[in-house]
Amino acid sequence: MQEDINKRIVDDFVANDVSFVTTVPCKQLAGVIDEIDARKDIHHIPSNKEDEGMGLCAGAFMGGKRPAIIMQNTAIGVTINTLATLTQYYRMPLPMLISYRGELGEPVACQVEMAVHTKALLAQLHIPTYHFHHRDDVEELDKIIKYTFMCNKPVAILTDASFWGGY
Amino acid sequence: MIRSEILKEIAPILRDQLVVCNIGIPSQELHAIDDQPSNFYMLGTMGLASSIGLGLALSQSKPVIAIDGDGSVLTNLGTLPTIANNPAGNFILLIIDNGSYGSTGDQPTYAGRKTSLAKVAEACGCETVVECAAEDTGRVLQEALDSGEMTIIVCKCESGNAKMPVITMDPVVIRDRFMKAVSA
Repeated sequence: MQEDINKRIVDDFVANDVSFVTTVPCKQLAGVIDEIDARKDIHHIPSNKEDEGMGLCAGAFMGGKRPAIIMQNTAIGVTINTLATLTQYYRMPLPMLISYRGELGEPVACQVEMAVHTKALLAQLHIPTYHFHHRDDVEELDKIIKYTFMCNKPVAILTDASFWGGY
Repeated sequence: MIRSEILKEIAPILRDQLVVCNIGIPSQELHAIDDQPSNFYMLGTMGLASSIGLGLALSQSKPVIAIDGDGSVLTNLGTLPTIANNPAGNFILLIIDNGSYGSTGDQPTYAGRKTSLAKVAEACGCETVVECAAEDTGRVLQEALDSGEMTIIVCKCESGNAKMPVITMDPVVIRDRFMKAVSA
């Protein structure tokens, strides 16, 4: 089941011609990152920090590829300046598949500290935000990716522990 | 030599290439010296010129020159391992190392003191790293282009800025004309 969801997510990215993906790991996203790494249709560039990853994605977009970033929600704290002055300022599309740590089922208390700010920060940045809580929510991913490249905006997909089936 | 003198000297080489230029005064200087649609000027986001340049080089086949500064590379030091481990033969990172944060008042950087960015790049796994004097930048840059190998150039020069106007072009215009130059 877990493998199915990882494959399903990556299939949706590939079907939408997303071919350049940069990742900063999270335990919840380990399976989807493995799946991305295994696909020959996707150029996978692990990055050391999420703002660096957004720079790579900006370059890839201008090079004619459709990019995406995979990261943890703590990254929103790291990338506000990049989102505002690069991705949004130059009007570039960027699907952001985000593990929403610090939600129900979270074992690590500190993760809650950024979780409580995550949606507020995304709202402040006027970033369209979708929250995957139930397994069926993945059904919207295809439309969300299409929407992202239609409007040339960064778009957040928050995926919490319930969505991933717990820890 | 200061940065603007180097940019003037290498402008004929840059003109025919895709250039991603660092935020602040470096972009203002390049824009004033020789504005080209094939120049992507960073108006914000200090530190990401090398990341944007690498992403661009990995996504299409034309040569890409990212013009960065020592302060900006120090801001995004994680870029060097990423560059080293994802080599693109069409990518040149030109670090104009004047040992100072030029756009913010010429405060000294650590690259102007004990830290060697060339050695850092080598330690990160970058295979072709050339440190050169400001006067040799044009020759070294042309050799890097001719080699077809990913090259990190650390060009040591003096601190100082030319007084140039702020870029008022809309960012979407910069991006749009750049993307047309990429796909031309």
